[in-house]
Formats: sequence, C-alpha cells, structure tokens
Amino acid sequence: MTDYLVQATNLKKYFKTVKAVDGVSLHVKPGEIYGLVGSDGAGKTTTMRLLVGALKPSAGEITVCGFDVAKQVEQVRSQIGYLSQRFSMYEDLSVLENIRFFAEVRGLSQTEWLPRSMEILEFVGLADFKDRRAGQLSGGMKQKLGLASALVTRPRLLLLDEPTTGVDPVTRQDFWQLVIKLVSTPLHLPQNSENLGGVARSAEGGRVSVIISTPYMDEASRCHRVGFMKNGKIIAEDTPSVLRSQLNGRILELRGSPLNLLRHAAHKDSDVEDVQAFGDRLHIRVSEGKSQAVLKKLKKEIVSAGGQVDELRVVPPALEDVFIALSEH
Amino acid sequence: MNSRLMPITRKEFIQIFRDTRTLIMILVIPIMQLFLLGYSATNDVRNIPLAVLDRSRSPESRSLLDSYRAADYFRIAYSVDSEAEIEDLISKGNARAAVIIPPDYARKLNEGGAQVAFILDGSDPTSASTALSAAQLISQAHSTELLTERFSRTGSNLRVKPPVEVRTTVWYNPDLISAHFMIPGVIGMILYAIAAILTASSVVRERERGTIEQLIVTPIRPWELIVGKLMPYVILGFFNTIEVLAVGHWWFGMPIRGDLGLIIILSIVFLITGLGIGLFASTIANTQQEAMLTVWMTLLPSIFLSGFFFPLEAMPAFLRALSYLMPLRYYLVIIRSLLLKGVSLDMIQTDVIAMTLFAVGIMTAAALRFRKRLD
Repeated sequence: MTDYLVQATNLKKYFKTVKAVDGVSLHVKPGEIYGLVGSDGAGKTTTMRLLVGALKPSAGEITVCGFDVAKQVEQVRSQIGYLSQRFSMYEDLSVLENIRFFAEVRGLSQTEWLPRSMEILEFVGLADFKDRRAGQLSGGMKQKLGLASALVTRPRLLLLDEPTTGVDPVTRQDFWQLVIKLVSTPLHLPQNSENLGGVARSAEGGRVSVIISTPYMDEASRCHRVGFMKNGKIIAEDTPSVLRSQLNGRILELRGSPLNLLRHAAHKDSDVEDVQAFGDRLHIRVSEGKSQAVLKKLKKEIVSAGGQVDELRVVPPALEDVFIALSEH
Repeated sequence: MNSRLMPITRKEFIQIFRDTRTLIMILVIPIMQLFLLGYSATNDVRNIPLAVLDRSRSPESRSLLDSYRAADYFRIAYSVDSEAEIEDLISKGNARAAVIIPPDYARKLNEGGAQVAFILDGSDPTSASTALSAAQLISQAHSTELLTERFSRTGSNLRVKPPVEVRTTVWYNPDLISAHFMIPGVIGMILYAIAAILTASSVVRERERGTIEQLIVTPIRPWELIVGKLMPYVILGFFNTIEVLAVGHWWFGMPIRGDLGLIIILSIVFLITGLGIGLFASTIANTQQEAMLTVWMTLLPSIFLSGFFFPLEAMPAFLRALSYLMPLRYYLVIIRSLLLKGVSLDMIQTDVIAMTLFAVGIMTAAALRFRKRLD
C-alpha cells in the first residue's frame, strides 16, 4: 500500500531532438502542495501534461490515485482537476454553463451537478456571476472559473499550470487562499470510493493534493515542497526552508550608493559568486565560509572608491537566491 | 444513452445559437443560393449521349442517323431494340435523349410525311433544350438534303413539303425549367459546404481558443467528442435540406416525385461525407481561417466536377474521370433522379453504394486522424 497520491518514475518526453522532460521522478502525498518551479522552457508544462495523460511519455511510469496513467487514463482523469496555463473555458458560455459542461462530461449526474456547481462557485466567490459569459470575466475571475471547473467533481489531485501568470497581486493572493483552504479542509469522499484502491482509505486519503507550477518565488515558498526544474530535470527538491538553508550564511545584503559602484566593487571580489539587485539593495552571494572576510574587505573597498555603505550584513537567504544559485550550475 | 454525448451536444447547440451571425448565415445562405442559382445559369452542351431505336433498318434510316452522328451535339451511345430499353437508359441517366425510327420510315419517306420520334430527358434543361433545338436543326437539314436530292432526280415537283418531321417528347421536366435542375444541386452543395465548414471551424475553434486542453483531460473518449460535436450539424443539415426542398417545391414548383423518406435518408448519408471532410480539414488546419480555406479547396472541384453546373458529358475525359472522386457527383445523380424522375432505389443503386462508401471512408479517415492528433 502506497502513501503517495502521485508517483512518477524516470519520466522522459522527447520532441524530435528536444529533451523536454529528461528523467523526472516525482512523489506527492495527499494533502501536499507541491510546487514545480523553473524558468520558461524548463519542462514544467510538459511534466504537468504527462501527469494528466495529455501527452504520452517517451519513457517512465506514472501512477495517480493508484491508477496507471498509461493504461487507466479514464479513471485517472475522473480523479484529477487540471487547470492549463491558457484560459480554456468556453468564452461564449456562461459561468454556470461552463461548470455544468465540465461537471457532466466528468460524470456528475443530472441531480448532482447543480448543487455541486453552486457550492463550488460559492467557494471560489463566483456565485454572483454565474450567468455572466466567461469571455466577459476579468482575468482573475477567469482563473477562478478555471479552478472551479477543475474542482467541481471533487478531484483528489489538482494540477495547476502557472495559474497566476499575468494575474494581479491581489487576485494572486485570493487564489492562493483558495488553494490553501482546499488542501486544509478534508474532502468529502467521492461516491464511488470503493474503486479508489488503498489510497482512499488511508488516514490522509480525504485530502486534496495540489501540484502547481509557477515562475514566482513568493508562490514557491508557499508550497510544502518544491521541485526546481532545469533542462527537463528536477535538479533540487525539498521543503522551501531546507532549500533556503543550503545558502545559510552566504547571502549578504548591501545597501548604499551609488549602486553602480557597489555592484562593480562586489563583482571584483574573488570570493563573491554572484550579485543580484533586489530593489534598492544588492544580494551578494559569497563562497562557503567567506562571508566575514567579504564583509570586511568590501566595506573598505567601497569607501576607498568614493562610495557610501548604509548597511552591509548577512541575511537569511530567500528562495530566489537559492534558485539563482541552482540555475548557474 | 451515453452520458457524455448529451452535454457535448448541448454545449455545441448553445454555442451555435449564441453565435447569431453564423446562425443567420446557416439559415439564410441556402435560400439565397437557391434563388441565385434557380434563376440563373444556362449553357451550351455537346456530346449528349443518344440512344437509337432503328426499326426501319433501311439505307434511309441510316442516312438520318449519319446526320445525327455528323453533328457534335450528339453521340450515339446506344443502339437498342425496344422502347423499354430506352426508358431504362434514360431513367438511369445513361442516355439523355433517344430517337425512334418507325419500321415504315423508308416507305413513308418515299411517299412524303415520314415521322421520327425524339425523346428527351428534360431533368437537365440546359442540355435538354440544346438537344431539342439541335435535333430540330439536324432533321431540318436532313430534310432539305433529301429534298434537294429528289429535285435533282426528278427536276420537277416544286410543291415542297418537308419529308421528315421530328416529334419531340420531353420527359421529367417538360417545361425545361432551370430551377428544377438547380435546386437538387443546391441541396447537395449546401449539405456539403455547411456541414464541412461548420464542423471544421467548430473543432478548430476548440484548439484555437485552448478549450481542447480541458477537453483532453476529461474522461471524454475521442469518438464521443466527434459524435457529440457533429450531432448538432447533422440536425442543422437536416433542417437545411427540408428548408431548401420546401422552398424549391412551393416557390419554384419543383416536383418531389421520389420517396421523401429515401431522399432524407440518402441526404443524411451524404451529409456524413461533408462532416467527414470538415473533421478532416480540422486536423490539418490550426486556425478557423485555415479550416475554411481547406474546405473551400475541396468545395470548388466538387462543384465543378460533379455536374452541378456543367453536364459531365461536356467535359474532357480526364476531368470526367476525376469526377468519380467527387462524392457530390453521386449525390447529385441520386437527388436529381429521386426528385425529378421519381425513380426507385434499384435504379440508382450504383450511385448510392458509391456515395455510401465515400461517406464511410472519409469519416473513418477523418476520425482516425482526429484521434491521432489528440494524442
């Protein structure tokens, strides 16, 4: 009996000469929010599409909710909700008509779909807009409609492919609140729970898992676990705090003026690996165990070059620092 | 009933009814085309296949037939032995006209006042009217020739009376009304064009707008998606058929001689061809415009090589051979025969079989390709 809701081993997907996904293994527990992060073209979307069976892998195996994606794709699909990167609701149908369509094709009966749709529209806050055409919704509301339609059949796994790209910060915040609320409330078991295999009866079986891909680090840090993708591989995977701790003591924050001079001075130091601007300050990554040395040298260097140092100190690393460091290798 | 078909069909219907402009097009265009084509288009014809029943078998009768042969309006395609054969050939559309020379032709000719029967298939008035005037011309010329001959022999008799008189009978469309020929064609074209264009754009739209992404991850099977999506267009196509038939019948006075049930069933079979072409086009095209163009590319040859405007007899052999690849060709033969001639199924069975094979073949190929593209 397995504890994982999603198990993918050594997934590969090649498009002609491009290795879009090149040996990804992924394990997601019930109730977990798993974040796939990485730059554009790292293979996040392809991985998502492999997990939902929209693409056939060139190699590897995937089990979702106890079903083999290659052989039992229909059962898998009745257990998952998928929100693609692009808005993929019917713009000429109303909010409720969209929800109804996706509810019914995913097996909700004549009597079930309406109460369930209203419940889910209430949940995402679109109940007042149920008769509005999807094409006339704002960007944020469109995302919520997508989420609602993915959730209407009470999936046990929700896959969200860059759901907040191009959405304003307030809406992003709302959206995340929904996702967090979703995984923290126990799910009503689906009617046909006897076909679900061992997973459904396990202790956490009633909780939704979420796999979300995002280019935003603030979102990545909200996930329980994060997998960092590069060139079709997951090159690092852990909880955000463990990932951050890899760079403990190696990130210096520098505030001063002029910024150009500060940057130049930092780059010159042989113990400095990287310099990134964070608003009005710089984040300087130094080699292992060199932070005290750099702290001393750099301040002097800047002052002697005619610059001004307002603050220079060791700071706790942000997830972004970790990803920049990982991206370079 | 499958629980996933209904939602797909319902969704498709909502989309069709919400797109008012397209809906109006679907309903109005057939009528527009009907009026346009019903009131226009006539043209010249050559090589009309002629059946000949020569009961006289005399030098005189052969001389008359030679003059038919000499003019390029006709091609003596069949020499038959009975009137029943003529009826059969014309019913099947193998011959468009027939000449019957009575046994006493030679004797009557010598006495003066010989008669020849000329039978014409009027269901295609364009070629029929040409055939009619051609037959009259040929006979007159032949009469004059005979007279001249007689003059030169006797050198006397000045009271001239044409020795041959052609009595024509036009079958099926006695008044040679173009509309009666055009309306069945319009039905065929509408079924084909509307079905193909609407299907193609409705499938491509799913891809263009990204909704296919969501469809793919539902448990919908490809065949359910195809059937569910095509159903509304079958119903619309059916409605269009009835619409054009009704206007054709009550406005243009086109007869409906065949069995209406048979007409509708065979029209739906043909409709499937159009749907298949549309589905196929949707697997090639990435945008709705591309889909539209792809369909148009098949539509034009279909129209010109199916005998829609121009009789197939008038075409060069190469194009005539190509016409066998046009499903519309078979449907036009079928629908014209059913409406105008009121023939029974066995008279048109070759065309029915050919059309059904095309429908099944095209739809299967399209469905397979569609499925492959989904993966």
